[in-house]
Amino acid sequence: MTQQFLLYPLLWQLFLSIVLMFAWRHIQIQKIISIVGSAIGVGLSVALFYEVWQNGTLVVQAASWKAPFGISFVGDMLAATLVLLTSIAGLAVSSYSAASLIPARLRFGYFSIFHFLILGLTGAFLTGDIFNLYVWFEIIIISSFVLITLGGEKAQIEGAVKYFTLNFLASIIFLTAIAVLYGLAGSLNMADLAILIPQIENRGLVEVAAILFLVAFGIKSAVFPLYFWLPASYHTPPSAIAAIFGGLLTKVGVYALIRFFSLMFVEDVLLDQILMVIAILTLISGGLGAMVQTNVRKVFSYLIICHIGFMIAGLGMFTELAIAGAVFYLIHDIVVKTNLFMISGLIYRIKGSNKFKELGGIYKEYPKLSLMMIIPMFSLIGIPPLSGFWPKVSFIIASFDTKSYFILAAVIFASFITLVVVAKLWAEVFWKEPDKFPKKKHFLYFKKMTLTKRLQMILPILMLTGVSLYLGFGAENIQQLSMRITGELMNTEHYIKAVLPNN
Amino acid sequence: MEFLLAIMTGVLYAAGLYMMLRRSLVKLIIGLIIIGNGANLLIFLLGRITKGAPPIIPGDTKFFADIYADPVPQALILTAIVISFGLQSFAIILVKRAYQVVKTDDLDEMNTIEEEV
Repeated sequence: MTQQFLLYPLLWQLFLSIVLMFAWRHIQIQKIISIVGSAIGVGLSVALFYEVWQNGTLVVQAASWKAPFGISFVGDMLAATLVLLTSIAGLAVSSYSAASLIPARLRFGYFSIFHFLILGLTGAFLTGDIFNLYVWFEIIIISSFVLITLGGEKAQIEGAVKYFTLNFLASIIFLTAIAVLYGLAGSLNMADLAILIPQIENRGLVEVAAILFLVAFGIKSAVFPLYFWLPASYHTPPSAIAAIFGGLLTKVGVYALIRFFSLMFVEDVLLDQILMVIAILTLISGGLGAMVQTNVRKVFSYLIICHIGFMIAGLGMFTELAIAGAVFYLIHDIVVKTNLFMISGLIYRIKGSNKFKELGGIYKEYPKLSLMMIIPMFSLIGIPPLSGFWPKVSFIIASFDTKSYFILAAVIFASFITLVVVAKLWAEVFWKEPDKFPKKKHFLYFKKMTLTKRLQMILPILMLTGVSLYLGFGAENIQQLSMRITGELMNTEHYIKAVLPNN
Repeated sequence: MEFLLAIMTGVLYAAGLYMMLRRSLVKLIIGLIIIGNGANLLIFLLGRITKGAPPIIPGDTKFFADIYADPVPQALILTAIVISFGLQSFAIILVKRAYQVVKTDDLDEMNTIEEEV
């Protein structure tokens, strides 16, 4: 019976998005349904997490087709954790967008599409079938295309063209990789493939499939040579949408990389080396990109790229500690990046701009809010004891263990660059004496908002800041969780046994 | 037959990529459509082509005695076609909107957001 817990978060999001369609023109009702529904979604994800924590991996075979033939849904510790984080980020952004988006944008089914996006993310984490993963990825990108173009401003459309093209290309490459792998192994089930792939004699073609998967997920997670679509598009939609994109869309690519390269393409030295080189270049190029930007959201966009590098580095080193670090960093990054983009939206509401030269003096006006906003930024840098610090310790120890000193240098360099960027941001946005700029006429400034709306904007940020603080101060629990996830990932027999009990 | 299909797949991929590298938005869409068809054909080809052997178990036996055409690639292609059809129609509308808003179909001129910095 408890197996069904696996499908509840998934079905609940689908149910929500369909219900929201019936309230198409009634924005107030949609807001209430979305916020309350997201809160229930968090409850369901907590139930799933608790169930997996207590009883181990849950598996549901769709329509009771036995494992390699039907589609399996697998809730192991990693998937359950990410589903929980997705629902928490979803709740925060749902409440935030109810207050920060203007009604004109909400009128065209925003909340419905938003829940479809969460549905796609949840499905991508839970599925145990590569073609089904492709379908979830498509659901994610179709919803994200709608969200990124909603409103149809000039900058948005221009960003959307680039976003669309690269993501469509990534899907085609993903499909090509699936075709090659199916031709070789004759199966689509991840657990089954984990058994079949080591037995394939044509290693050259296996490498080709692995590289194709790497490129497809690399585009989605914005790693070094493939990231140009991200800074060109992420600052164009409203910040509520950018928050869910920045927090979760690139991380689902990282999740897929972790899953594929720890389960299916395991003993591959070449691949590990490629991953390490990519990680180093991503860390450096993302960090340097962030240095030169003068727009708050563009800075955060480049920081997303930079910090993807940490997780890829962990995956590339492939020791137990490194993978644990990557998992911890993934957990930390989802919370912090979502929060940062919501903060950029708050700055926009306060000042009416996101450009450094038009900003300044927020600390003087709102000292308490500013202190709240500095916490996620500090945990982004990794100032002890906040959440970014602990996984970096794992990375540094792991890089000594594997003697990969270039990774060590890149990790330290990227952390330092992040510190410089955040310091610069703090000085420009919060401390600097602002120049006099004419106020925009038809713009709802933060000061003029009603108290409920202000709370709706601040509470989600406060909530995610609280989660960040917990990740930092409760690091022992999170490290324990990461080690358990790593144990499950490194020991693939566990996953295979859960899905294919008769094998 | 397989040889011809392999060549065909290669041509479709190459043509699609070439069209995607052009600056015109309309050619970009055509490129995406062509490369999508190439991917579908590849799935079909790599699922092994079997002629005249439908995957139906004869009434008097309980399992396949002979080789049969694999139905899975066809199901995959069907799904992929439906999905890419949706994406393509979205792309066409997006390009139309982009042309209306930006007044150009040249990708190089769609850079107002970069200039702001």
